[in-house]
Order: sequence, then C-alpha cells, then structure tokens
Amino acid sequence: MSSRLSVNKTYKQFVGGAFERSESGRSYPVVGAGEQLLAHAVQGSRKDVRDAVAAARSAQSGWAGRTAYNRGQILYRVAEVMESRRDEFCAEVLRATEGCSEEAAATETATAIDRWVWYAGWADKFPTVLGGANPVAGPYFNLSVPEPTGVVGIVAPDEPPLLPLVSRLAPVIVSGNTAVVLASERCPLAAVTLAETLALSDVPAGVVNIITGHRDELVPPLAGHVSVDSLDLTGCNSEQGGAAARQAAATITRVVSASAAERQWADEAAQSPYLIDAFCETKTVWHPKGR
Amino acid sequence: MTDLLAVETPTGPADAVAGVRITPVDAVGLEQRAASLCTRSIKTSSKAAALDLAIRMMDLTTLEGADTPERVQALCARARHPDAADWSVPPVAAVCVYPELVPVAVEALADSSVAVASVAGGFPAGLAPLDARLAEIAWAVAAGADEVDIVLNRSAFLSGRYQKAYDEIAAAKQACGSAHLKVILETGELGSYDQIRRASMLAMVAGADFIKTSTGKIGTSATPPTALCMAEAIRDMAEQTGRAVGLKLAGGIRTAKQAWHYLVIVGETLGSGWLTPERFRLGASSLLNDVLMQRAKLGDGRYQRREDFSVD
Repeated sequence: MSSRLSVNKTYKQFVGGAFERSESGRSYPVVGAGEQLLAHAVQGSRKDVRDAVAAARSAQSGWAGRTAYNRGQILYRVAEVMESRRDEFCAEVLRATEGCSEEAAATETATAIDRWVWYAGWADKFPTVLGGANPVAGPYFNLSVPEPTGVVGIVAPDEPPLLPLVSRLAPVIVSGNTAVVLASERCPLAAVTLAETLALSDVPAGVVNIITGHRDELVPPLAGHVSVDSLDLTGCNSEQGGAAARQAAATITRVVSASAAERQWADEAAQSPYLIDAFCETKTVWHPKGR
Repeated sequence: MTDLLAVETPTGPADAVAGVRITPVDAVGLEQRAASLCTRSIKTSSKAAALDLAIRMMDLTTLEGADTPERVQALCARARHPDAADWSVPPVAAVCVYPELVPVAVEALADSSVAVASVAGGFPAGLAPLDARLAEIAWAVAAGADEVDIVLNRSAFLSGRYQKAYDEIAAAKQACGSAHLKVILETGELGSYDQIRRASMLAMVAGADFIKTSTGKIGTSATPPTALCMAEAIRDMAEQTGRAVGLKLAGGIRTAKQAWHYLVIVGETLGSGWLTPERFRLGASSLLNDVLMQRAKLGDGRYQRREDFSVD
C-alpha cells in the first residue's frame, strides 16, 4: 500500500465569480471541534469589501432583470448541486462544530438544501403575495409591486456554519438583490464550500460575494459603504450591530436583523416570504382605467 | 536645420532629427521601470495632493459625433467646478472639443482659468488635404482656441517620409500662431518604442509645445511604458536643446490610481518642474468621476456610490 500525500483545499474568498486571496495577502487559522486546526482561511480587508460591493453593484441590474422563473430555476439548481456534494457539507459542519453529532450535521445540511428549494419556489410567487391591486377612489388601476432593494450586505451568524447563512442569503437574492456576505468568523469554511456550489449553479458572477475574515475589521467598511442599500446584521453582537446601524443611518441604509423566532434555524419560522419582503421596496403605480 | 530628415527611406530610419540625437530604446528595461514606478503607494495627505493635482492637469474631453452645444456647456460648467457640492475642488486645466464647438466653449469659459483646446487638422486620422487641415487649425484658433491638438501624419511617418511628416507639423505650428500646439502621435499605431521615441523627437523638433499619446479613438492608448518612453524623449530633448516640451496622456485613463501612477512616472523622469498644468496634461472623460469619488472617500472615510457622481 502506498501512502498518499493529502491534497488540502485552499479556502479562498468569492468575489465577482472568482475565488481570490485577499488583496492584503493575509490569512488566519480556523480552529474546529476539539481545538483542531482545520485550515487557514483568507483574512479579508476593507478593500476586499470595497471590491465585493463593486462586483455586487455591477451584477445587480442584470440579476434583477432575469425573469422570476429563471431566478427560481437557478436557486433550485443551487439545491441540486449542494445535494451532490452533501457528504462534503456534512463533514465540514461536523468538523467545525463543537459537540456536533453526525446525525445533527446531516440534518443541518439537508435543511439547508431544502431551504434553497423552498425559496426557489417563491421566486415567481412572492410578488403576487406581497404586492397586488389596491382599491382606490377613482378611475385608476393602482398596483403595488415589490422590487429588489439593490446591494445587500449580510453579516452571517457565527454558528452553526451552514444553515443560518443559507437562511439569510436565499431570501435576499431570490427577489433580484445581490449580496456581499461576511462569512462566519469562527467557521468560514462551509461558506467557502457553499460559494463553490454557487459558482457551479448558473448564479451569475457578482450576485453572491463571500468575504472571510475578522468582523471588527470588515463590518465598518461594509456598513459605511454608500453603495450598500440594505444590511442584515443578524451575525453582529449588540455592540457591533449598534455601531453598524448608526453608520448605516447616515446613508439611509435599511437595517434588518433576525428575530428570536427566526433564529431557530431548523424551524419553519426561519423561512418566510416576509423575509423576502424585508429586502424589497414597494413600487406603486397608478394607471388610468377609462370608463 | 532639417538636413538629416532629407533622407527618405522606408528601411533605414535616421538616427537623428535635425541634429537632435534619437537614442534607441531598451524595451524590456522600459517596461520593467514603468511597472516598478506603478507600484509606488501613495497615501493620506500625498494622495489628497495628487488627486487635486490630477484635477488641475486634466483636459476634460468630449469628442463624439453626438456632441451638442448644450453638452459642451454642461462640460464647461463641470470644468469650472468639478464637484458641484464641493467648491474647494480646483478647476481643470482645459476643455477639449471639436472645432465647431470652440465658440460655445469659449463663451462658457469666459473669465475662468480654464483653457479651450480644440482638436483640428483632420482628427482623428490626419489624412485630410493639408490645406484643409491648416485651414481647420486657423479657424479653431480664430474662434478662440488656446490650444490645438493635431495628429501626426502616421501615413507619412510609417512609410519613412519623415520630411513630409515634419513639414506638416511645422506648417501646423505656423497656422497655430500664439496658440499651443499639441501633436498626437497615436502610439498604438506606431508599432514599437523606438518608433514612439522617433515620432516624439520629430514632433518636438518640428515645433510641438506638447506631445500627446493618443486620440482615444483606437483600442490601444496611453500605457505606462509609452508614457515613460515619451517622458524620456522629452528629457533628452531638454538636455540637448534646453527646450521644455509638455506631455499629454490620453485614452484609457479611467481611475484615480492610474492618474497618480502617471504623475509618479513624470515626476521621476522629468522632475517636479513638469508636474504643472503648463507641462503635463491628462486627457480624459471618465477619469474625473473616479478622482472625485476618491476625494470624497478621503473626506469622510466612506466608500462612495458611483451613481452619486455625474453620469458623464
């Protein structure tokens, strides 16, 4: 029996459809269950955040311009590709999480995949549910239509590594937003593997950008960026989140954070069409009806 | 004066123009040096100074068939106050338009420090009949242009008819009168750094006040090695004759970072005497927005949104 050298994966950031090291050239050790060193992840810098926002911005109109049906197909495709790499996700969750059983890791992965399918189904339905015709006193049609906000910054929760990230990301992009995600600082590896499945799933370059690194360094430039239209601060602690919200207020950036019920990640409550609505603006149109 | 130019040969180019020596170019060394100058990191107060300097050296350009008087007026308003929200931003050096729009620009820029530049002489190919080209130059100057950008006759230059190319520039210089003459070499069509160096020398000896890289109308335009090559030619010219000729880079300069890389190249090659609008220009249409964005970033520390700056 010949012993084979192990071939380890380099966990890189996902920006504009490409896997890249940080502009700063830095990396940091990622420690998993039992204080075991899993890998070195990229330690992103504020300039990586800047580049990611630029990539998200340029991808936004094209993604929003896809038909709802096509966005649904693509989200379903993400689930398909994740399913084919299920073992890898399970192993990644297991290694990253302290005291995690194999069964729990399998459940988390399966729920994450199902969540993509669930939101894929909403792609061409949520405008009907969230918008509609308004009764008005006059000879007009009055229609309200939800439209994507634009570029959304997502601070993913630290743990568990996979399901919360998917739960926050899918409702953002299903409506035509693009996202800049700050992955979990403690367990970023599953996020990078998710990026690999996104790259294989016909998700256009720049629609999802994933930055790994230290929160303290990355949240301020993301929250302060004038080109970010909405922020999901679910993964921030109260101090970080407060500071980020104050920064966001200066540029009238909408700030969203998951409720306690939504943080029961495996529950039905963690998925909702109203989460899609949180990252939409309502456009109301008046149209003359005639007699 | 033009003895050595009299040799018209497509194969053996002269190694001197009117007694001014043309040094061969080491292409590998040139590209390496240009690349190393472009790695220089410029931060904080130096960056702020570089951004303002880049604005003061900018020739705000619109050279489209669809240019209207209103469009030129809007450009002139930007030239006076590049950032409507921040009047501490200095005005640009000049506005560059087609001859027919010179009167519009002259009127819009009256009592300001911004000069009016006009392309002329059969821009962008430079292959109109010579009389027509000279008449166009004279017309633009009479209409009030302070600076005239003409193109080198590449047809003559590339076929080795250096005397013809030289005479045309000299005639254009005469037609310019007191206006500044900038000669566009269209470096992307010259083929090698040696040719760029030769064209630079020829234009300078023939009377150019500025030599300029490109028209912006072909794919290849200003690049760091080209800028360095031309700056070195200007340095040679100054050393040999004592005459200081200006450099204008145009085409493909879109980001503030590129702009300060060029400032470094010029500063390191020609010295700080060239870091003024009288001797160095950046011709651009979309560069200004990026410079203003970087300036705003330095101001409040936030990364900016492109949509907040003008669409032009």
